[in-house]
Amino acid sequence: MPLKLDLSEFEVLRDTQKCIECEVCVRQCSNDVHEFDTDDSRVYSDSIKCVGCHRCESLCPTGAIKIKKKDPEFKENYNWSITHLKNIYKQSDAGGVILTGMGSDRPNTVYWDKILLNASQVTNPSIDPLREPMEIKTFIGRKPDMLEIEKGDTGYRIKSQMTPQLELSTPVLFSAMSYGSISLNACRSLAAAAAEYGIFYNTGEGGLHRDLRKYADCTIVQVASGRFGVSRDYLENAAAIEIKIGQGAKPGIGGHLPGEKVTGDISSTRMIPEGTDAISPAPHHDIYSIEDLAQLIYALKEATDYSKPVGVKVSAVHNIAPIASGIVRAGADFVAIDGFRGGTGAAPQVIRDNVGIPIELALASVDTRLREEGIRHKASIIVAGSIRSSSDAVKAIALGADAVYIATAALVAMGCHLCQKCYTGKCNWGIATQDPYLTKRLNPEIGTRRLLNLLRAWSLEIKEILGGAGINAVESLRGNREQLRGFGLSERELSILGIKHAGEAW
Amino acid sequence: MENLSLYNKNSYCCGTKKSDYPGYRIPSGCAVFGVINESGKLFNGRMILEAISMMHDRSNGLGGGFAAYGIYPDYADDWAFHIFYDDNLSRIQTEEILNSNFKIVYREEIPTKRTAAIYNPPLIYRYFLRLKDIQDLYDRNMPSGNFSHDDFIVNFVMRINYESNGAFIISSGKNMGIFKGVGFPEEIGEYFKIDQYKGYLWTSHGRFPTNSVGWWGGAHPFGLIGWSVVHNGEISSYGRNLRFVASLGYTCSLSTDTEVITYLFDLLVRKKNIDIELINMILAAPMWDRIEQIEDQEEKKLLKTLRIVYGGALINGPFSIIVGNKSYMYALNDRIKLRPMVAARKDDLLFVSSEECAIRKVCSSPDKVWHPDGGEPVIGIVKVMEKETEKGKVRKTEKETAEGMVKPMGKGRQD
Repeated sequence: MPLKLDLSEFEVLRDTQKCIECEVCVRQCSNDVHEFDTDDSRVYSDSIKCVGCHRCESLCPTGAIKIKKKDPEFKENYNWSITHLKNIYKQSDAGGVILTGMGSDRPNTVYWDKILLNASQVTNPSIDPLREPMEIKTFIGRKPDMLEIEKGDTGYRIKSQMTPQLELSTPVLFSAMSYGSISLNACRSLAAAAAEYGIFYNTGEGGLHRDLRKYADCTIVQVASGRFGVSRDYLENAAAIEIKIGQGAKPGIGGHLPGEKVTGDISSTRMIPEGTDAISPAPHHDIYSIEDLAQLIYALKEATDYSKPVGVKVSAVHNIAPIASGIVRAGADFVAIDGFRGGTGAAPQVIRDNVGIPIELALASVDTRLREEGIRHKASIIVAGSIRSSSDAVKAIALGADAVYIATAALVAMGCHLCQKCYTGKCNWGIATQDPYLTKRLNPEIGTRRLLNLLRAWSLEIKEILGGAGINAVESLRGNREQLRGFGLSERELSILGIKHAGEAW
Repeated sequence: MENLSLYNKNSYCCGTKKSDYPGYRIPSGCAVFGVINESGKLFNGRMILEAISMMHDRSNGLGGGFAAYGIYPDYADDWAFHIFYDDNLSRIQTEEILNSNFKIVYREEIPTKRTAAIYNPPLIYRYFLRLKDIQDLYDRNMPSGNFSHDDFIVNFVMRINYESNGAFIISSGKNMGIFKGVGFPEEIGEYFKIDQYKGYLWTSHGRFPTNSVGWWGGAHPFGLIGWSVVHNGEISSYGRNLRFVASLGYTCSLSTDTEVITYLFDLLVRKKNIDIELINMILAAPMWDRIEQIEDQEEKKLLKTLRIVYGGALINGPFSIIVGNKSYMYALNDRIKLRPMVAARKDDLLFVSSEECAIRKVCSSPDKVWHPDGGEPVIGIVKVMEKETEKGKVRKTEKETAEGMVKPMGKGRQD
């Protein structure tokens, strides 16, 4: 149908003067954009298939290729945006739900960008992180109401039994990405980087591949509604367990791994037939209420002899504050909250772009609610849903988070260009694919190194910010909203965030 | 308010009354001084007045004050309240509330000396109070069963200070009192005639706030039940500490660092039952690097656990504080020592001060002078309490603590 001609998002521009017909682009593109015409001895490109991943452009040895955004040819219309038109064409063509990948790309308010940080001047000194200790070690887990301390002949001694804690060298963890949604090489990179840096990575709901068991000490395993790969062995090869109730990109619906990505190894890791769509049920069918969640939390704690923290991941929805309070009261050792802009490997676009609330507001109201109820210490809060930089992480911690989960940022570090086509299984960067021809493009050693660099860079930046604010331990930043000021926000937004407007003193 | 510009000598456009308090936080630099007689012998307030006036340049006339322990031996078992009132109306209203909760054993306006330096002071009264029907209070206030008199007083003081318009309770302990106001500390000392009181523990403060708010209640020391805190610094963890104490039931009405530090002490020592000797491991916790190097596994576990559990009570940024309590004086610096503090000993006396000159002024040849490290506390403990009666007779009373040890103020303790 001729309508399709107008659907191409990108234009492949090839400088024929520079092109040496080496066919690198042909081999690199899994979407078959480039084709070598043997008759002409020339490479031709079919822009309509281009997803904008920039793989060919990055690898072209002569710099002959340029991928450009294609200007829409439709008459300009604010209401009927190009996205709406394209969606309708697609849906009237195929009659299905539009799938997409990664976090929402809609131009909604990003509150991180409307919040500014503080620094010390005169009345208290800033601290130089290059010369003074700057502590960002973080502990995730339930803290007791009361510590019993005994004074003996040799000194003081803790009598209370401490609940299990995860010790993080920096307040950042790799968020849930399943083996299946991403390649084993990507999983290896995440696990190895987490192990080396002293943080944790999360298996997502894809089970635990046998090669990753050696990283058990830095693994958070997920128990989701599909229960993929959940076994005794799975729970034992982990430092913590996370019950996944929801995901920011798709609140209210279950995980979705297209059959294209369910290859042999994945089918055995997940314990499902090869080539079938792995669709988790929307709810856990044994959790229809909060008391059921409490049962699952304690079932998992019993199964692991109370030796590891059990947390619950939920997406940020309107009622998030009481929900989080219920989760804490149900016995969770940490609550992971995934915001509206959170990423995904595959989600219906309509859900991703319309359901849930931004993580900044969710975090602020959860932290406040838990404090009001006097139960904030009973669980750690980990936030996710588009932490793009160290400053986002610092702002999240100052709003009240114990640590942040990053996933998209980690993928970008490994080469992701956010083309949002993860669900096709054709990731040219070898990340969100299971095609062996593509997955080998990601060398896990290089992936690990790049992730380590990212963690190191963010940690250094966090220390710089802390030092500038005259703070030398991250626990003094946690919930320290005096360090934050909003700008360009309404009274209501400021009051939900619990921060003052820029220009207001203490 | 017609004489607004008259009463504030620095001509700032702020009042001195509670109703004028702007409700925001005021950072300040300061002078602090504390002295304790560890044998519990009482001594005159003249000493501390002389000492603090040596550090005149560390304050700017916008706040000074004193805390004194052992000054009300005749009412040693009654709650001694010092209250600032904006006017007589707020006094009458507050006294009604006092009457319904306490038996007022004695009440008077605190005697003061009119001086040129002190402008437009509030009405300042002191009360000696006995709690009324305990069982009734128990039923009404603390159905959970964790009731103690201290808890009741803490709640009562916070309620008055937070909700009442013109009244502010500045001290609420037993056999102790806080005297403070807007002015240089030596002027405040003269105004309250503190040379006419005798105590075994004195602390003092001279204030240098970085803005013009000259409200009397905002001066130091800050007091709550038996606690008094003087503080030099501006803590960068304020927002964090505030949320930590607020989630455990403390209302910060003043937005001052001193207030939040006082609540931290009350919370950790009285409610969480943590020995005072361990408090520095929380408020100025050792660095993780140091904890990792500790060989004794029990000690390592202790320090690590304290940091994990009470991270919200870590005070970050510069501070040097002197905390008074009926049994001890406790001084502490932030963990990287961003504010000055020096300590000295002479016989039974233990001094701590922002500057050594202040100590030398009142004790020219101390036995020992030292500069405590950041996070290293200086603790002076009253081993024997002395009681001075009205007739000037002196007799030793109860042995307050075991030899050299602090008796923890335990849960459920009924004072």
